[in-house]
Amino acid sequence: MAYSDVHKSGRAVAREGVNMGSARDYIALLKPRVMSLVVFTALVGIAVAPGHINPVLGAAALIAIAVGAGAAGALNMWFDSDIDRLMRRTAPRPIPAGRLEPGDALGLGLVLAVASVTFLGLVINWVAAGLLAFTIFFYVVIYTMWLKRSTSQNIVIGGAAGALPPVIGWAAVTGTVSIESLALFLIIFLWTPPHFWALSLYRSDDYARAGVPMLPVVSGAAATKRQILIYAVVLAVVAATLPPLLHFATAAYGVIAGALGVLFIWLAWQVYRMPESDTEMKPARRLFAYSMLYLFLLFAILLVEGGFRGWMA
Amino acid sequence: MNAIVEPPKAAPDIVPEDGIRLTPEELKRRRSRSVAIALALGALVLLFYIVTIVKIGGNLLQDGGGLM
Repeated sequence: MAYSDVHKSGRAVAREGVNMGSARDYIALLKPRVMSLVVFTALVGIAVAPGHINPVLGAAALIAIAVGAGAAGALNMWFDSDIDRLMRRTAPRPIPAGRLEPGDALGLGLVLAVASVTFLGLVINWVAAGLLAFTIFFYVVIYTMWLKRSTSQNIVIGGAAGALPPVIGWAAVTGTVSIESLALFLIIFLWTPPHFWALSLYRSDDYARAGVPMLPVVSGAAATKRQILIYAVVLAVVAATLPPLLHFATAAYGVIAGALGVLFIWLAWQVYRMPESDTEMKPARRLFAYSMLYLFLLFAILLVEGGFRGWMA
Repeated sequence: MNAIVEPPKAAPDIVPEDGIRLTPEELKRRRSRSVAIALALGALVLLFYIVTIVKIGGNLLQDGGGLM
């Protein structure tokens, strides 16, 4: 990266040849907020999986999954540093802000990716390690390098990477991939598009400036709102019915998930009805915020039920 | 009587003329990186130690402590 460009913008803090990154900057490269969601969903995969894993080994598996997610985040920031500087949300990141070089993120990401996959394979099993390696590869190569800049379906397909952690957690316990773990995958996979499209509705100017073909930029707000509503309905139905039908959640989960899903659909409906002239887009902001709470609550219930079953066994 | 006072010797400069002198802010950031690396390495040692004990313990239980 040319520091001079950053100097011109008045945001530079680094001198040529001096590493200006603090520990906090290196942690930011690992996208800790995304990492926390990954750890949480992977923990649910571990908790609801049939069988037993030593709690210490379970914690070790979670650490490996978290580090693997962090590696993917660092490699994403390395590759996207050119467009990150063009968007308000991502401009303060360590590389576009000029505190770290892209090479720092590349080195950290590669080392952590190899270390996390190797550790998971040696300590837990190679199925889980293989899935973690595939997740990192999918997020970095398929999503970041290819889909993100080439299609408006970028986060639909790319969402698979974010949906895999519970499958890895499940595989850490059972050594296999089963229909139940794929149901957890499907819930996150269906949740990702309405979540990100709600955000991209009120940040579409950012994405347009950076040349990222998000759905509102390519197909317009109306098409995006329609897609959000469709995904919300499918998500609400799948999330409320699949886990009880596959017997890894109770009917109580189904009832609560159904109620949460109705609220999700209602908020998506509010977004759908949002007039074109609305520049503040409060319904979209509300849906974005609620979507995070929705996924957290669904998985929290599954975690409690899974933990209770494990305690009773 | 006039004592001959030698001019004070300049402190040896360990930084070459064309080298980089870190500012206090840069030194602070380098220190935070060093502490983070130390903590990460310490945590790694602890993690490997605990995981090894758990894995060995599990194997010992499985084969009767290796004494039979």
